[in-house]
Amino acid sequence: MVNIRLRSVSCFFGFLVIFLLTSPAATAAAGQATSSATAGKPWWFWPIVLFFFCLVLGVLAVMAGVGGGVLYVPLVSGFFPFHIDFVRGVGLMVALAGALAAGPGLLRRNLANLRLALPVALVASTCSILGALLGLYLSSLNPNIIQACLGITIVGIALLLLFSKNTEKPVVTNQDAIGLALGLRGAYWDDGARESVEWKTHRTALGLCLFILVGLLAGMFGLGAGWANVPVLNLLMGVPLKVSVATSKFLLSITDTSAAWIYMNRGCVIPLIGVPSIVGLMLGSLIGVKILAIAKPKIIRYMVIIVLLFAGLKAMDKGFGLGLLG
Amino acid sequence: MSNQNDEALKPTREQFIYANLLIIGVWAGIAILFITYAIYLFGLLPPHVKISVIPSVWAKGVNEFLEITHSPHGWGWVSLLTKGDFLNYIGFVLLALMTILCYLVLVRGYIRQKNWIFATIAILEIVVLSLAASGIFGGGGH
Repeated sequence: MVNIRLRSVSCFFGFLVIFLLTSPAATAAAGQATSSATAGKPWWFWPIVLFFFCLVLGVLAVMAGVGGGVLYVPLVSGFFPFHIDFVRGVGLMVALAGALAAGPGLLRRNLANLRLALPVALVASTCSILGALLGLYLSSLNPNIIQACLGITIVGIALLLLFSKNTEKPVVTNQDAIGLALGLRGAYWDDGARESVEWKTHRTALGLCLFILVGLLAGMFGLGAGWANVPVLNLLMGVPLKVSVATSKFLLSITDTSAAWIYMNRGCVIPLIGVPSIVGLMLGSLIGVKILAIAKPKIIRYMVIIVLLFAGLKAMDKGFGLGLLG
Repeated sequence: MSNQNDEALKPTREQFIYANLLIIGVWAGIAILFITYAIYLFGLLPPHVKISVIPSVWAKGVNEFLEITHSPHGWGWVSLLTKGDFLNYIGFVLLALMTILCYLVLVRGYIRQKNWIFATIAILEIVVLSLAASGIFGGGGH
């Protein structure tokens, strides 16, 4: 009985991925240049398609354990006729809305740790401003530069998701001086093991330095940076996986805020694109959480990694002007 | 193994206030977005840029888009709040302002606790986010 349910859920997700790749947006993008893709379609066509596309993305993002932004930017810029400036601006708003909505629950359960988040957020959010300015400057020179760099980054993220092996409870024997001075330690209740887990950080200086890069990439490409936050917090700084994931989600609400303001002030957030994206992804995330209980997240994760690889290669293809992938 | 009710496992007071403020702000922001988008789509308020025009310019870069549609950058949208499209900015801005508002609560808490390191970090974050929001960096559209 359970097997039949699992199989049908797996089939459902197979259909979702196929929908992503065969939706009118994908078909339009594969066939022609973006400007002509809009011709002959009424104005309401693209927002409606975008809403359902984002609904599916929201479901897949939860199932694969990635943020909405990292799927949104490469896929929407690859398959929809919007300029990369608007996709990045809205992508940041999408990631921001998701992170803000998740924040209260994570803070109340003491999974997202303010002490850990605050210093890291200061570094990442400052650098995400620089990343946003750099991204907008490069895009004004030639949008293909951003497309190509985005493609390379997305392929890198897909490989990172494929090969990184996070540690549930890393062992930290000696806390470094910075971690000690900032009091970067805490405890949380592990429901599964029925015990409290105490943690502290190490290699804090190196971790903070890496958040400079994380902030730059988040701002430059409009990606939520959960894919980078978690490995740095968990693998490098020795924070338990649950705290890393929760603090990372909370961190996005701060990092993405600063970059989102830069894009919004430049006029990169068009309501006609922004609202269906935010609402679609949030609804999709709610549906995804419900389905998570019966689905096999591992299969979905691999499907999403394949989709990301494809989207990254497509962005590279577009950026370098090769025309191999349509 | 320690008790689940251990004080060390509980979130701080600031964490609770932050979470409560955030939940109100986020859902208010989403609700406002929903309502203002309906006003925009159903044409209850005339838009600054006709909806039917937008698909012909959304493939252009932002600078060109602003020039063609005569749209403002920075906080210029405030003067166009009676227009259906720019009305949607209320929701976007509320979402983007939430972190700054929540940080103000944190600063107060850290100052009370005389935790000067974290009070300074929180104040610096407010400065960074306020600078980003001010339009000093991002306002130069064209």
